[in-house]
Amino acid sequence: MAWRINKILGVGMDLNQFLFNIIPYIAEGIPVTLQLTIFSFTFGLALGIVLAAMRIFAITPISGIARAYIEFFRGTPLLVQLFFIYFGLPSIGIKLDAFTASILAIGLNSAAYQAEILRSAIKGIPEEQFLSAESLGMSTSEMYRFIILPQAIRIATPALVNEFVALVKYTSLASIIGVAELLRKTEYMVAYTFSPEIYLVAAIFYLAICLPSSQISKILEHKYAIPGYKRTLV
Amino acid sequence: MNEKILTIKELRAGYGKIEVLRGVNLEVDKGEKIVVIGPSGSGKSTLLKCIPMLVKPWSGEIIFNGKKVINEPSSLKEVRTKIGFVFQQYSLFPHMNLLRNVALPLELSKGLNKKDAENIALSILKRLGLGDLAFKYPLELSGGQQQRAAIARALAIDPILLLLDEPTSALDPELRYEVVEALYDIAKQGRSMIIVTHEIDFAEAAADRVIFIEGGVIIEEGDAREVLEKPKMIRTEKFLRKLKSPIK
Repeated sequence: MAWRINKILGVGMDLNQFLFNIIPYIAEGIPVTLQLTIFSFTFGLALGIVLAAMRIFAITPISGIARAYIEFFRGTPLLVQLFFIYFGLPSIGIKLDAFTASILAIGLNSAAYQAEILRSAIKGIPEEQFLSAESLGMSTSEMYRFIILPQAIRIATPALVNEFVALVKYTSLASIIGVAELLRKTEYMVAYTFSPEIYLVAAIFYLAICLPSSQISKILEHKYAIPGYKRTLV
Repeated sequence: MNEKILTIKELRAGYGKIEVLRGVNLEVDKGEKIVVIGPSGSGKSTLLKCIPMLVKPWSGEIIFNGKKVINEPSSLKEVRTKIGFVFQQYSLFPHMNLLRNVALPLELSKGLNKKDAENIALSILKRLGLGDLAFKYPLELSGGQQQRAAIARALAIDPILLLLDEPTSALDPELRYEVVEALYDIAKQGRSMIIVTHEIDFAEAAADRVIFIEGGVIIEEGDAREVLEKPKMIRTEKFLRKLKSPIK
């Protein structure tokens, strides 16, 4: 097809090249972006649960450690944390590849936010629910397993999905230290074609990942909604 | 002499630095129904919550069913599974239907399997007129229905002592009636009960003894009719007069 789309896509690129070379090349970054997101989210969730538990149950010095961790990771830029882990840690003998360093940095950062999401979800449950479970002779573990966590997970789900969606976008920072994810792949193509308009392709791919995530959140919220709950909000 | 089911001696308790109960002494006989009245902040709810250690007392002694309760973590579960507690509100678990709300404590405390626990739960819900609503969730129901379900849950474990903390005060008058009626039926069954309530009609009809608490101490206690009709203390009389006709 001879139809040239220079004006839209830049000089020296036709539709064939765009559809069959550039887009597939950039799309190769999608699995990497997804892996970064899923691994760092899962790592962040696991650590977030530990931090939230430390803040809720532990004695003051230990809960203070969790609090300091959360303040530190929320109060400093993710990019600084990423640079420190990738460029700074080798000086003390810890050398990580770019992919692992990215998962570690994003996961450690996300853990601080996820811990606060979980903690506030548990704190949002009325005290009567705890007292009620205790009055029925439940042990602390039974109380959390049957009463508190099932409700807290429902409260936390929308915020956790938000965090997941935010992580999809934060993974683009990994491009800076050379991880061949969606943005890095796009940058190669921009450099190759001198067409910065190609960033729009990356944007559309990011959107294509984020929109279904938000939809899944809505479906989950609807499926596991507590019957009658909305009535109390009216 | 009647068998004592609960003995409370010099009970002191509070929140932070605020002392709410300032030396309460109380004995409850087996099968006795006690109504506790008193103004807001007088310590009625705190007294009730101290019995199954939902509020940790500062000092004093609580002996329930022959066992010491305070600072005895090993007997706590046993004590709690022999005491039914009904809260003012929000006490049902909103993510479970009524059947599960009533059956779960049976499974956990009595070790019953799911099927047996649910059979017992259903029969108790039916007894309280909630058989048709067993698969409804608490927030789908009226306040009165929720409170009756909470009473069903407290009864399911077949407690020796039933504690009710203002079970009707969060309800509007029409819904209050259905809960009071349910309580009256339960009171007739001979179970020991301590009820914090301002339902004077219920107290007159069902209570053996009435206790008036103010400022964290028992001001007056005695036979229900005597206290309600001819209180000895002026303060009790004033309070009852307000309760019966708040406008005058």
